[in-house]
Amino acid sequence: MATQTAKPSAPTCFQDILIRLQAYWGAKGCAVLQPYDMEVGAGTFHPATTLRSLGSRPWAAAYAQPSRRPTDGRYGENPNRLQHYYQYQVLIKPSPPNLQALYLGSLEAIGIDMDLHDIRFVEDDWESPTLGAWGLGWEVWCDGMEVSQFTYFQQVGGHDCTPVSGELTYGLERLAMYVLGVDHVMDMPFNPPESPIPLSYGDVFRQTEQEYSRWNFDQANTEVLLRQFEDAERAVADILAQPAQDPKTGKHIVMAHPAYDQTIKASHLFNLLDARGVISVTERQAYIGRVRALAKMCADAFVQTEAGGGLAE
Amino acid sequence: MPDLLIELFSEEIPARMQARAADDLKKLITNGLVEAGLTYASAGAFATPRRLCLTIDGLTAESPTTREERKGPRADAPEQALAGFLRATGLQRGQLEERTDKKGNTVLFAVIERPGRPAAEIIAEVLEHTIRTFPWPKSMRWGAGTLRWVRPLHRILCVLSSEGGAEVVPLEVEGIAASNLTEGHRFLAPAEIEVSGFEDYVTKLKRAKVILDPAERADTIWHDAQQQAFAAGLELVEDKGLLAEVAGLVEWPVVLMGEIGADFLHLPAEVLQTSMKEHQKFFSVRDPKTGGIVRFVTVANRETADHGATILAGNQKVLSARLADARFFWDNDLRVAKDQKMEPWLAALENVTFHNKLGSQKDLIDRIAGLAGTLAPTVGADAEMAGQAARVAKADLASEMVYEFPELQGIMGKYYAQAAGLPAEVANAVEEHYAPLGPSDAVPTAPVSVAVSLAEKIDKLAGFWAINEKPTGSKDPFALRRAALGVIRIVLENDLRLGLNAAVAAAGDQIGPRDQGDGVQGHAETADVVTFIHERLKVFLRNDGVRHDVIDACLALPGNDDLWLVVARARALGAVLATEDGENLVQGFKRANNILAQAEKADGVAYEYGPDRKYAEDAAEVALFDALDNADAAILAALEGEDFATAMGAMAALRTPIDAFFEAVQVNADNEIVRRNRLNLLHRIRETCLKAADLSKVEG
Repeated sequence: MATQTAKPSAPTCFQDILIRLQAYWGAKGCAVLQPYDMEVGAGTFHPATTLRSLGSRPWAAAYAQPSRRPTDGRYGENPNRLQHYYQYQVLIKPSPPNLQALYLGSLEAIGIDMDLHDIRFVEDDWESPTLGAWGLGWEVWCDGMEVSQFTYFQQVGGHDCTPVSGELTYGLERLAMYVLGVDHVMDMPFNPPESPIPLSYGDVFRQTEQEYSRWNFDQANTEVLLRQFEDAERAVADILAQPAQDPKTGKHIVMAHPAYDQTIKASHLFNLLDARGVISVTERQAYIGRVRALAKMCADAFVQTEAGGGLAE
Repeated sequence: MPDLLIELFSEEIPARMQARAADDLKKLITNGLVEAGLTYASAGAFATPRRLCLTIDGLTAESPTTREERKGPRADAPEQALAGFLRATGLQRGQLEERTDKKGNTVLFAVIERPGRPAAEIIAEVLEHTIRTFPWPKSMRWGAGTLRWVRPLHRILCVLSSEGGAEVVPLEVEGIAASNLTEGHRFLAPAEIEVSGFEDYVTKLKRAKVILDPAERADTIWHDAQQQAFAAGLELVEDKGLLAEVAGLVEWPVVLMGEIGADFLHLPAEVLQTSMKEHQKFFSVRDPKTGGIVRFVTVANRETADHGATILAGNQKVLSARLADARFFWDNDLRVAKDQKMEPWLAALENVTFHNKLGSQKDLIDRIAGLAGTLAPTVGADAEMAGQAARVAKADLASEMVYEFPELQGIMGKYYAQAAGLPAEVANAVEEHYAPLGPSDAVPTAPVSVAVSLAEKIDKLAGFWAINEKPTGSKDPFALRRAALGVIRIVLENDLRLGLNAAVAAAGDQIGPRDQGDGVQGHAETADVVTFIHERLKVFLRNDGVRHDVIDACLALPGNDDLWLVVARARALGAVLATEDGENLVQGFKRANNILAQAEKADGVAYEYGPDRKYAEDAAEVALFDALDNADAAILAALEGEDFATAMGAMAALRTPIDAFFEAVQVNADNEIVRRNRLNLLHRIRETCLKAADLSKVEG
């Protein structure tokens, strides 16, 4: 490798890796966003990815997104399964020709020595039935471990992506555990170990993993959840049924994002219901179809907005 | 003669698509060049994870000049006819030649000369068209472009080289201009490389840590892996599919052998192998003394300063995490099998749908158990044991291990049945009842396994026929052709005398008749299922060298639901037809049949009354009577003993008397009584032969 710069030092803690990714992608020109303020199952659900991958306007964003997978809760005991974890997400539209090189640079930035490791791009096509989205790409392997998903979006919410966005998703805990050589996620240093108050990942999240595992699996009130699912579903239709022209300001305001918030909500409620075990195999498909219908409606609405490239100037 | 080198350099091509893509590239480009009038001596195509390459030797430097003459309208033809001809040929009136035809008319001729074109021009067109229409199983767009390729395409290398030197064929596809440049290994030698021809390209790539030929990469991997295993006193487990896949994941293979943690060595070999292969694409390494899997081989895509130590350590760690999962499943499953005799799984299968019109897995199990019991006496199995095996045959579908690795179904079931303390015959039947899975997969031979395996397949055929989900064309989502072939092979390879009509009807009885407006037909479809099995039998025997018309001739006889009988008959008939007697007998038989059919049509009578010897006028006629009497007796006796060779031989012996009869006698005699008697005699030939085989189905 002909890189002239000195190799980055090894990171010492979880947040170090997050901060390095932020700095790296910020320096490469991405808008460094913050997490979306709603419960989502994956970083893809952030409107900065889902909605912004639609339409013709260029876009580049990077952010960490706390993600919730209620069925993956293990009361904080499993070494690498969590019901709440972080995904680091990068979305660039149109996908630049050197996206693979940019991505490899980010691995170097977090302390992976490119001269000692075996990095591979292994076919893995991505599909999100709830978002009506798919793309082609790879899972990226580092010495046999999957460290990222790399996808060229082809369709989102039933719309062809033109131009195509390149999406990168890093599972932060897994990646950090690998880089830091930690075997159990709860043992991973969260802040620098030499800090006045050193905190491990377990110090921060063990208790919440227990609480949410109990809640997700046994306590969440399924009647309430079902009702909320239906409320959210109705809300999407209600919001999008409003005329584009706001009667108060007289402006063209399609409320794609408020409707999409309700879609996110419905999707998470479905995940909770699934974890509670009240959705049968056949019902499951039907629920996924209902969420997908909402995502499509939101995508249809977004492409009529300015950010969605629907208002020709 | 110039040589052509093409390389299409992209982001990583899925391993499973590479070989086909290389073939397609070769086919599409060479076809295109040949269509445009070029010829070549030889061509070869190669693929790596990042490139498709085509080399063509001895290409003609230009296409030949062609001259085409087209006859047009007469010189005095109406204006419209002339205009049409000019449009079609693209010529002016003044360019047409006038010629006088035989009748003395002046006719217009167009002489179109197409000058030869240089190879480069043709290559550029053909390559661009190929790139734009390439048949990837899945392709994508990227960036702001509209071009589709399997993953983003970065470079087009297209070099035409001859004694005079190498030149780039000028072309551009969506902003990518062809060049003589490529890149080496992504990490080990990423710099640009300039190449002048195929040999130069291969050499420089190798220097840049890329082995172009997938076969060479596979050989290297296999050789190195075997060496390492051998040096440790171990042996590599062969896996051709995995080898091809791994060879498609690397440009510079480096083989590393690692340890499986001691905590995991007690797991069944199939579990270790499957987990390592599916998740990590590792080869398994076996201890020849114990047969257990003790190490793994991984193939890295590079050399490192620490000789792969970091890579191996990382892979080992990932494997441990994976196997920890597998061990967790195994321990949990064993507990269910040992302590609860798999009951919780059987209960769980009540809630698992097999097919929404055919009930749950539990319903399926009940049907298979019932049918296995029914079939048991026919296949020499203990009925109770067959039923017991059927009842646990699907239990592992509810186990954690099979949930994780569906391909271990049956195999895990055997281990769990053993753990539950069931008899060995039962445990083996659990594993073997899925067999045979493919045309080369072994067929079960143990009677209990045979009973359950047949029951599973016959139920499946009867079931999907009952709900009208039959295979159509290339669509066979429930693998019913495979099920039918399984039935055929199990019956034939075990010499089973199974009445399919009864077996399929018994299966149908269990499924329905449930006329609930849900389209479930019950066993009304038995005949159709058996016909389907007969169709598969023909395909199966054709691969075995038995002609389809020979099988048809045997399927037309009663008892055709006994496949063993059909095949024995067909083989005997095939052998006889291969002799001169057999061949001529068919001719004689057809002649008799034709004459009879014509007469029956003309007279409006069926000559089925039986001939009377007393009206026989000719010696040859009498001899035929004798021969038919002898043949009848011989055929019947032989059939009684299922000696088809003798039966067919007796039939073939009719050849001489039939030939002699036609030689000596005019069937349509003037005497109406004699004529009718002879027609009835012809009918008797048909009847006699029909006891052995329906020769009217035989071609030729």
